Amino acid sequence: MIKRKSGIVVLGGGAAGLAAATAAKENGTDSVLILERNKDLGGILPQCIHTGFGLHYFKENLTGPEYIARFIKKVYDLGIECKLETMVLDLTCRSETVAVNQSDGLMRLQAGAIILAMGCREKSRGALCIPGTRPAGILTAGTAQRLMDIEGYVPGKRVLILGSGDVGLIMARRFAMEGAEVEGVVEVMAYPGGLDRNLQCLSDFGIPLYLGHSATFIHGSERVEAVTISRVDDQGQPMAGKEETIECDTVILSVGLIPENELSRKAGVKLDLKTGGPVVDENMETSVENIFACGNVVHVHDLVDHVTQEGELSGRNASKRVRGELPPPKRRISLRAEGNIRYVVPQIISGERPLTLYSRVKRPAFNAEIKVGQNIVVRKRVVKPAELVDIDLTARRLKELGKEEDISVGMDT
Amino acid sequence: METSVLIIGGGITGTAIARELSKYDVKVVLIEKEADVAFGGPTKANTAILHAGYDDKPGTLAAELCPRGNSLWSKLASNLSVPFKRIGSLVAALEDEEVPVLKELIERGRRNGVQGLRIVKGEELFEMEPNLNKQAVAGLYAPTAGVLSPYEAAIALSENAKQNGVSILLETRATGVILEDGEAKAVQTNNGTIYAQNIVNAAGLFADEVSFMAGISKFRIIPRKGEYVIYDKDLSGIVNHVLFPVPTLVSKGITVTPTVDGNVIAGPNAHDMEDKNDLTTTSDGLEEVLNGAYRLISVLESRRDAIITGFAGLRPQPTTEDFIIKPYREPRGFINVAGIKSPGLTSAPAIAEMVVDILKREGLALREKDDFDPFRKPIFHPMRDFHLIKMGELTSQDPRYGHIVCRCEYVTEAEIVDALRRGATTLDGVKYRTRAGMGRCQGGFCTPHVVRIISRELGVPIEEVTKNGGESRILPHPAKQLLLGGRKE
Repeated sequence: MIKRKSGIVVLGGGAAGLAAATAAKENGTDSVLILERNKDLGGILPQCIHTGFGLHYFKENLTGPEYIARFIKKVYDLGIECKLETMVLDLTCRSETVAVNQSDGLMRLQAGAIILAMGCREKSRGALCIPGTRPAGILTAGTAQRLMDIEGYVPGKRVLILGSGDVGLIMARRFAMEGAEVEGVVEVMAYPGGLDRNLQCLSDFGIPLYLGHSATFIHGSERVEAVTISRVDDQGQPMAGKEETIECDTVILSVGLIPENELSRKAGVKLDLKTGGPVVDENMETSVENIFACGNVVHVHDLVDHVTQEGELSGRNASKRVRGELPPPKRRISLRAEGNIRYVVPQIISGERPLTLYSRVKRPAFNAEIKVGQNIVVRKRVVKPAELVDIDLTARRLKELGKEEDISVGMDT
Repeated sequence: METSVLIIGGGITGTAIARELSKYDVKVVLIEKEADVAFGGPTKANTAILHAGYDDKPGTLAAELCPRGNSLWSKLASNLSVPFKRIGSLVAALEDEEVPVLKELIERGRRNGVQGLRIVKGEELFEMEPNLNKQAVAGLYAPTAGVLSPYEAAIALSENAKQNGVSILLETRATGVILEDGEAKAVQTNNGTIYAQNIVNAAGLFADEVSFMAGISKFRIIPRKGEYVIYDKDLSGIVNHVLFPVPTLVSKGITVTPTVDGNVIAGPNAHDMEDKNDLTTTSDGLEEVLNGAYRLISVLESRRDAIITGFAGLRPQPTTEDFIIKPYREPRGFINVAGIKSPGLTSAPAIAEMVVDILKREGLALREKDDFDPFRKPIFHPMRDFHLIKMGELTSQDPRYGHIVCRCEYVTEAEIVDALRRGATTLDGVKYRTRAGMGRCQGGFCTPHVVRIISRELGVPIEEVTKNGGESRILPHPAKQLLLGGRKE
């Protein structure tokens, strides 16, 4: 078995991992190693062939492959070592990883710091317990996207999309552009799950959006034949007599993403039940010393630009830690999401320096007042569940924070 | 085609009979209507447990065969390298009124010859099952109960049978039985007529229809549906035994059980259906199963997020209420092995012995082979027990062991290739042999990769790769084909 030491080992070569690795290297850590389980770097972005990436970070409108190519080039220009098709099997609380690939076999790697950047996975049909049969033709949106944009196969020609998350909306358009009939997008909530700009995918192609509906039965023995959908009541429960059956041969699920924290659990990293990701402090360090985290493994982001920024932050801080320049913060103030605020990241701040908190709301609201602690009020004209809400804790606001160790971040519903 | 014994049905019963017969110098053919063994209804979807044998009414065939089968599985599972854990079962009485039922079950168990049954209470009970409903007053502990995977067992039995000379014909459906002079002579199939001196009907849900073809219509098989949910391996340890409620008249109740692979399974409910192909799950059924599970392990109520999938299975419930295993005077040469409901998986090895005895008595000359090989090599799965050293060694011999295709279950390319060499032809065939796609993402990541490997290894176009045979194609259209071919057919 190969045994070796590295300064920083980054688990995952997607948008977060690449940003973290390049930032770590640029901040003076020579030995940075990226472990990626796919055969290419870039994570999900190479299959996101639509535009809309980089508007914040580069002030340009790029496709997914264009956006990520810039970081991949940087990784190679900086001479950062990457091991592809490499699966990390184990991670300990002492920053030791066990990984395997075809050329090196089994490896035991000791790092000064670890950066978790494993991203997220899609919720499957099973997790939703949609009743009915179990035929071929039920896929998640991301799998369908990969099949279409990387593998070159269209998984069906009459498609119904369940869930109006961004990937679902984008895939509605992709199917339509490939000549498939898209019968509709079904969303259980009364409002769309994706960003406003992605709703245009539906209007451009005349694809119906069924808000306040849920799938109540999947039909078909060998291949999907139809799906019954039903209007739902205020509690999200299907209403009797409000069903309709839509013929289709394919069901695409875009019903949510789950941060992939199996390795974090192995290392004993404390997880936030609401985000599904590690609890992090403002340095993006987890509850386990020297293990940092960034991107969708921490919480599911709306824009890759934010993922990149978070990755860079974690890379810089991990690099400082390896050099002994990042002492643990003196004060640890826990932030607690309340009311219409579903979660807030980071969950722990020092209160010593200005920063931006990111949060998600449970329901849309206009003229929202977000209260941080007793005294700080941040106003937002509009907040939506699909978009991350940024809460700037400026130096002036921090003075109002108070002395408590546990502070609420809340919004009245 | 001609054979001495023709077995109809490649479920756990048919494959167990085939493997038992493969010990003897006799020509055996097994036909299965689906694209793979264990693809039918009951074998691929049941609770996957070995019953101790205290449930069945003394004097019934099930009561006789279950404890015998239970003890046979120890050696059989080990010879066939089928994962198997004798974790024991507990029937939990949740109120004082239920305690007499436990005593009744002990008495039944005693009469059925089940060893080691005893009542556990208080501290001991909750030490065994710390998450058990706090209202539980007593439990019936059966140390001989266990868990094993029924489809892996059937696949292993069929592989070992094949290794010892049995022919297995897939996608071959019995369509008629040729009767002549009071004797069953042959079975007609979609792939031609197979002449056989002895026909063994192990057709599961359809055993009544095959029996009817042979002129025997004394029973019917009612498909009794049971729905299940599977929880993530994260919940492993939440339950330690096969945990039952006190049984009702129709079923042993909704259980919560660790699976042999470390997941938790809850189910089944029990509803008699009309349609033998109705494997649909329902929202009412799901609620019923979950409520049953919460009654035993209430902490599950807060872990609905940990459900990774749900499914339904059909038990072949005979109108006679007991296993039907017998030859007939008319027609001769026809043996029914029908109505193999629960505890069919447990009983299978004992049923197989019984069928061999019947065949002997019916005059079939069975001489033991000198070269019978009882061992089947498993598909080696280095990560099943997190065997890192082995994984390292294997990867240096075959780099494909270093390529993990299914990320949730850590299944390597080498295992998938091995499964295909052994006869898997479909995505589900690979899944049942390797667990690729059975994890928490339910095939989201690995499906495209597995489809490619199937296509490459078997030399079939990607468009033709199916989930489980028939029209269940996964990637029917190469990109741009729909655009070139117009929008709709």
